Amino acid sequence: MTRGMISIDAERCKGCQLCSTVCPQQVIHMASDCLNAKGYHPAALIDPEQLCTGCAICAVICPDICITVYRETVPKQAHNGTQEAVR
Amino acid sequence: MLQVVAQPIMQTVYQRPECLTDHHTHYCPGCTHGIAHRLLAEAIDELGIRTQTVLVAPVGCSVFVYDYFNVDACVAAHGRAPAMATGLKRVLPDRMVITYQGDGDLVSIGAGEILHAAARGEHITTIFVNNAVYGMTGGQMAPTTLVGQKTTSSAQGRSVSSTGYPIRMSELLSSLDGTAYIVRRSLHDPASIRKAKKAILTALKVQQAGLGFGMVELLSTCPTNWGIAPDKALEWLETNMLPYYPVGDYKVVPEVAAL
Repeated sequence: MTRGMISIDAERCKGCQLCSTVCPQQVIHMASDCLNAKGYHPAALIDPEQLCTGCAICAVICPDICITVYRETVPKQAHNGTQEAVR
Repeated sequence: MLQVVAQPIMQTVYQRPECLTDHHTHYCPGCTHGIAHRLLAEAIDELGIRTQTVLVAPVGCSVFVYDYFNVDACVAAHGRAPAMATGLKRVLPDRMVITYQGDGDLVSIGAGEILHAAARGEHITTIFVNNAVYGMTGGQMAPTTLVGQKTTSSAQGRSVSSTGYPIRMSELLSSLDGTAYIVRRSLHDPASIRKAKKAILTALKVQQAGLGFGMVELLSTCPTNWGIAPDKALEWLETNMLPYYPVGDYKVVPEVAAL
């Protein structure tokens, strides 16, 4: 399975929880132990089992555009011996 | 022979569009204005037209779009964005002129401007955010408020006997010959949001091709004034707004297929 990761701009997040409700792997939770400068509990990726696939559904629904999504790609070995990244 | 071991690398697959500034928006948590902004910004980025774009801001919650978009922008008087956009497009025909309007701005005080801009077939694009309520002023009834919907100015629910029926703007404008691309999309789930993005991209291409007036209506939420949580607001939109405002293509001229 493809592995992914997200980074959340916690200061931009308004804690609306839409990302956590749409995440198919349910690895986004609200950080109940911290507040950002706006006074919201920001969303956080809590993914010890590395279930995130980098599907980007959270980023699609985030109204505050605070999510950056990364997905793991295995470089395909090209004929000339160099590495070429493929999705 | 040199053996290269393939190491997995992390690639960025989604990031903030370049067209948006670093400003934090003033929208309430869960407000889908932010999603609409992002879709428009991505479409502008994809077409590579950021420096040729002029955005006309409305009066309403989205009045500060000029702060959020890294494009040329100006603010029109309440409801007059299509009139200002008409002037801009006629003076600067090589620019991409986009109005971004809410339902209070577009359907009530600006109903005359949008109707006549569409009837004249002005080569402008309108992004119409319909959340069935006046957001900025405190949740009063809008022309798009559903029958029976409670707002601060219709505490018992909108009554047909005193305030009539909600206006379906996409259907109304699609009957005008000057229009080229009139569609309605919803922002209530990720699949619908992706479809909305495609519609906005097509609408901008319609303007580039000079086919006529284009509008994308986006059904949106207003969790604060609806008085429900953001995720419940998305469900409320799907249950209550979609039956009255069905998503679909209301006017697509045949030339759009070639874009």
